[in-house]
Amino acid sequence: MAAPTIIQPLRTGLLAKKLGMTRIFRDDGTHVPVTVLHLDQVQVVAALTEENDGYNAVQIGWGKAKVKNVTQPMRGHYAKAKVEPKKKLVEFRVAADALLEPGTTLSAAHFSVGQKIDVCGVSIGKGFAGGMKRWNYAGLEASHGVSASHRSLGSTGNRQDPGRTFKNKKMEGHMGVDRITTLNLEVAAVDAEKGLLMIKGAVPGSKDGYVTIRDAIKRRRPVDAAYPAGIIQASIIEAAVAETPVADTPDAG
Amino acid sequence: MNIIQQYEADEIARLTAIRGVPEFIAGDTIRVSVKVVEGERTRVQAFEGVCIARSNRGLNSNFTIRKISYGEGVERVFPLYAPTIAEIAVVRRGDVRRAKLYYLRGRSGKSARIQERARSTTPVAGKGAAAPAESAAASE
Repeated sequence: MAAPTIIQPLRTGLLAKKLGMTRIFRDDGTHVPVTVLHLDQVQVVAALTEENDGYNAVQIGWGKAKVKNVTQPMRGHYAKAKVEPKKKLVEFRVAADALLEPGTTLSAAHFSVGQKIDVCGVSIGKGFAGGMKRWNYAGLEASHGVSASHRSLGSTGNRQDPGRTFKNKKMEGHMGVDRITTLNLEVAAVDAEKGLLMIKGAVPGSKDGYVTIRDAIKRRRPVDAAYPAGIIQASIIEAAVAETPVADTPDAG
Repeated sequence: MNIIQQYEADEIARLTAIRGVPEFIAGDTIRVSVKVVEGERTRVQAFEGVCIARSNRGLNSNFTIRKISYGEGVERVFPLYAPTIAEIAVVRRGDVRRAKLYYLRGRSGKSARIQERARSTTPVAGKGAAAPAESAAASE
């Protein structure tokens, strides 16, 4: 029954800022609601290797932070990679041959149109929410003698045996501000020049929130995907098959 | 202008270059030529009626056309910049004092009529073409 496991060497994902939503009118007459994600100087800040760190990963950063707001230790970290301080850093586990040289700038062309991706963000905070909003409880009836508890949970357990409410009972409480991953979203458009990715449908989080984007783990990556990564300028590679603009500075894979 | 506004402005420019959007307001009688795909081939179908509402939201703008079809009221909402619309033509200018004419839904026959307003219907398929100053002011 299990879905076929797809084992492909992991390549890095991307870090982007959610700008908001709009729509695309296609020439065939359809129109697609899209979320616009912005890649601003997304660069590799560090490469973590098996020998040094126990696992292979790339650390990538977004945007440009004011130097005065960056702590001394972090300034050293950025200086080591010879990149400008970043607003936000994230790490992606990758296969050993998909490690990237620090300083490499990643392109939106990392993903191709039609590709399935997973997007991860921090959901919008809802504050202290009741059971109906938080767990989709039906609440009690509007009439038939219900008094002052139309939106209550109802029963939370049994009687003297067990005499307590079980742990993890779904109740009221804080809702939102959770890390949410939406699987199998589709890339509707890619604008590598402006660093824009347009994703069909909604993406977790508020506007101006950061999201991470990776190849869908439950789908096969398109064969034409740029393998170590879609890179802007100064790069490699025999594997730069994709529509990445390629210059020819030698660089490690 | 932020990135999304810029994108929407570019899209509007691209789509209006393909098909212009005439100047019209609620109360005007509009003929919308809709491209209909039937299997392999495409044909154009007209939908003519009174514009009872416009929603101006940049690229997401739309307008609602109401007509009486075989005695039954039919309303259809069109995206203003949809590429499925071959042409928007203004047939008649109406004289109304509301932006939304939802009150027409409760009326029929004589009471659902709209007076014609003396405004030009000519600058039709143009790109928001130049209209007399008076009517331009009225349509804003």
